Amino acid sequence: MPDQHRLARWLGALLLLGATLALLLGAGVGSTGFESVLNASSDPVAWQIIWDIRLPRTLGAWLAGALLGLAGAVAQGLFRNPLADPFLLGSASGASLGVAVALALFGVSPYATEWLVRLGLTGAAFAGAVGGVLLTLALAKGVHHTLRLLLAGVIVGVVLGAVKDLITIAVPDILQAMQAFMLGSTGFVGWTACGVMAATLLPAMAVAWALSQVLDGLTLGEATAHSLGLPLAPMRAALVAVLALATGSAVAQTGLIAFVGLAAPHLVRSIVKTTHGRLIALSALMGGLLLMVADVLARWLIAPQELPVGVLTAVLGGSYLLWLMHRRSARGGFL
Amino acid sequence: MKALMKKLMVVALVFAVLPAWAIQVRDDRGVTVTLPSPPQRIVSTLPSLTETVCELGACQRLVGVDRYSNFPASVRSLPQVGGGIDPNVEAIVALKPDLVLMAVSSRGVERLESLGLKVVALEPKSAVDVQRVLGVVGQLLEARDAQRVWRVIDAGVHAAAQSLPPKAKSMRVYFEVNQGPYAAGQSSFIGETLARLGVQNIIAAELGPFPKINPEYVVRANPDLIMIGARNADNLAQRPGWAALQAIRDKRICVFSPEESDVLVRPGPRMADAARIMAHCITKQAR
Repeated sequence: MPDQHRLARWLGALLLLGATLALLLGAGVGSTGFESVLNASSDPVAWQIIWDIRLPRTLGAWLAGALLGLAGAVAQGLFRNPLADPFLLGSASGASLGVAVALALFGVSPYATEWLVRLGLTGAAFAGAVGGVLLTLALAKGVHHTLRLLLAGVIVGVVLGAVKDLITIAVPDILQAMQAFMLGSTGFVGWTACGVMAATLLPAMAVAWALSQVLDGLTLGEATAHSLGLPLAPMRAALVAVLALATGSAVAQTGLIAFVGLAAPHLVRSIVKTTHGRLIALSALMGGLLLMVADVLARWLIAPQELPVGVLTAVLGGSYLLWLMHRRSARGGFL
Repeated sequence: MKALMKKLMVVALVFAVLPAWAIQVRDDRGVTVTLPSPPQRIVSTLPSLTETVCELGACQRLVGVDRYSNFPASVRSLPQVGGGIDPNVEAIVALKPDLVLMAVSSRGVERLESLGLKVVALEPKSAVDVQRVLGVVGQLLEARDAQRVWRVIDAGVHAAAQSLPPKAKSMRVYFEVNQGPYAAGQSSFIGETLARLGVQNIIAAELGPFPKINPEYVVRANPDLIMIGARNADNLAQRPGWAALQAIRDKRICVFSPEESDVLVRPGPRMADAARIMAHCITKQAR
């Protein structure tokens, strides 16, 4: 085990170093190319591109990825299911529904405009994500039964998705704007959005870290976790809250970005076997690095045009998981 | 006293001159945008707005467009700044525009504003919107002939309607927007043009602009003429029940090329061309 601890520390340091390098790289890559860096001292627009566009979006990608990685590690531990995803508890479909409702009201009722402008689509997405999770919890009658919770999450996901489709059919004008939201992108992240995500990441990380022993207990089964004398119910509720808030704030700022939350904990586990406290921290670092690299790639691959980063993570993350599953099943195990 | 008079004079002068310089418009979000002078570097991320700017004779002031803007041909050589749903913030800022024209539904309007750019968001959806947007863009560009341009467009639509043989007026038309199937309802831009031409739309008015219909609806309504884009026009007769449709049996189908579809679906200054394209096909099929 000490070896594994040292490995975990090394991995953390490497991931941070990677993120720093990717941040520097991110400042140099974009549709205007590297010239912006060279001209930054003389040209105010080049300076604005580096300082107000590239840096916040690169940092924002790291923060969103870290939130998703953290949420993924918490979800997989909480449900003792390696396929658990932060979007599992209905947060993704809740967020899309929130955006659809906001857009539909925005188009239809003139009275809605006033508060909607203040709340914004970001607020609607966040409220929707948290609302989706709360609905799942209500349906599952709490967080006690893992299976019931998973099932409720799937049901809420499908039903809220269908309601969103109903709204888009009733108000087809919002189709375009909905599509824009569904394509996850880090291209619109500014310093304010970075601030909001950082303000969620720190407390979420602290709470998840503090409660990680309940996840360690759960890996040995529900009965064992009980016998450890931990107050399971409130701790689980707190972890679900962390899950909802972390996912909600990432989704609200960047839209739907697939697979980062699922792949980050898997990648960490394939490198190092460790306790949940370290796994959560490393997954956050891994998720951050993954999305940051994906964001830089999205800007660079077809420059001066750019890909929506959500499309890229879905393709890359999906293929990686398939490969991982294939490799594991070839060895006789399953994930 | 003299100094005070001087100051007052300056203030009066500023007030006298300011209205002549500052341009103020209210965009479709309800936001009032003030420009210090007519914009010289414009980025447009909506094809119909690109066409509007060019129609008002300011094509040379465009410095960037979205990847779907393809008319007039000169805009194809301009730098592309992404699409309406994924505008490229960095590319737009790098072009140093003094005005960005976007759709209201477009993402990133607030982001671009927070970076200090002037954004006017407009959402043309109907013929009335086309006139209004021409007015707003004309005001921005200080183009005096915006209303004259509108009258020419309106006269063009009217002429297209006049060109139709009387027989065409009784024709019942189904316009399919995509294979959903989504139809063009009476309140859509396409439906408005059909109504101006005087043909009957089989889609009931209360279904709204772009209703997703049941294919059965078309079978029941049994249109005399089907209008459809080339991308969706394959195997119409294979759709359940459609082989018996009057329009299919008589082969009265208007298939529009992608270029024609662009003209038909964009609520912009080419709406007279759209009316002519439809009128041409209806006349041919009405024989």
